[in-house]
Amino acid sequence: MTGEILLWSLTVAQAMLVAAMGCYAYRLIRGPRAQDRVLCLDAMYVSAMLLVLTVGIRTGSQIYFEAALIIAVLGFVSSVALAKFLMRGEVIE
Amino acid sequence: MTHAVDLPAWAALLTALLVLLGAALALIGAVGTLRFGSFFERVHAPTLGTSWGTGAIVLASVVCFSVLGSRPVMHEVLIGVFVTVTTPVTLMLLARATLYRHRAEGDGNVPPQSTLHPPHVGDRPKGSRGGDR
Repeated sequence: MTGEILLWSLTVAQAMLVAAMGCYAYRLIRGPRAQDRVLCLDAMYVSAMLLVLTVGIRTGSQIYFEAALIIAVLGFVSSVALAKFLMRGEVIE
Repeated sequence: MTHAVDLPAWAALLTALLVLLGAALALIGAVGTLRFGSFFERVHAPTLGTSWGTGAIVLASVVCFSVLGSRPVMHEVLIGVFVTVTTPVTLMLLARATLYRHRAEGDGNVPPQSTLHPPHVGDRPKGSRGGDR
């Protein structure tokens, strides 16, 4: 009984996270300026990381933890690089 | 799909609640990104998902794997700490870049450059350490 509740709430949570990524994707495409697009790309990285974590809870496997950590690190590095690019016009000075 | 049956009732309910809370916070932040009007308002919205959205889902993962393995599994906290530390860095860099771009375009809606600091970014007071950037 409680196992079914957990599985259903995981399904609902994954649907919510996918809806959040859809909102960010809409703003990514429509975004009036480049900074909105960078912001939404960063937020999409975090949402994808949360989605991988919920998949990890669902399958009960620890492999997804490493995947989520790698996504978080790559999201941080790429967002900082894009913000530097917006500021200076080049990434490495 | 079978391990969810192995969880005791309190752990399953706690995990479900935390996962739902985190996902709902992430969704609220995403909707805020759609609804706010300017960039400086929009930059606040995703932090809802990166602070307690991430925190709740990481806590759910900690509870689930700790009960399943019958030993404390704390390495998911690493993700929470990492996201909490890096999000302000990213967003402040992005907001400063946006402010710089607005000023460079002569947009009157942003505050002007402070007169307390010299306008040249490279000018540092003598004796201060730091690279020549």
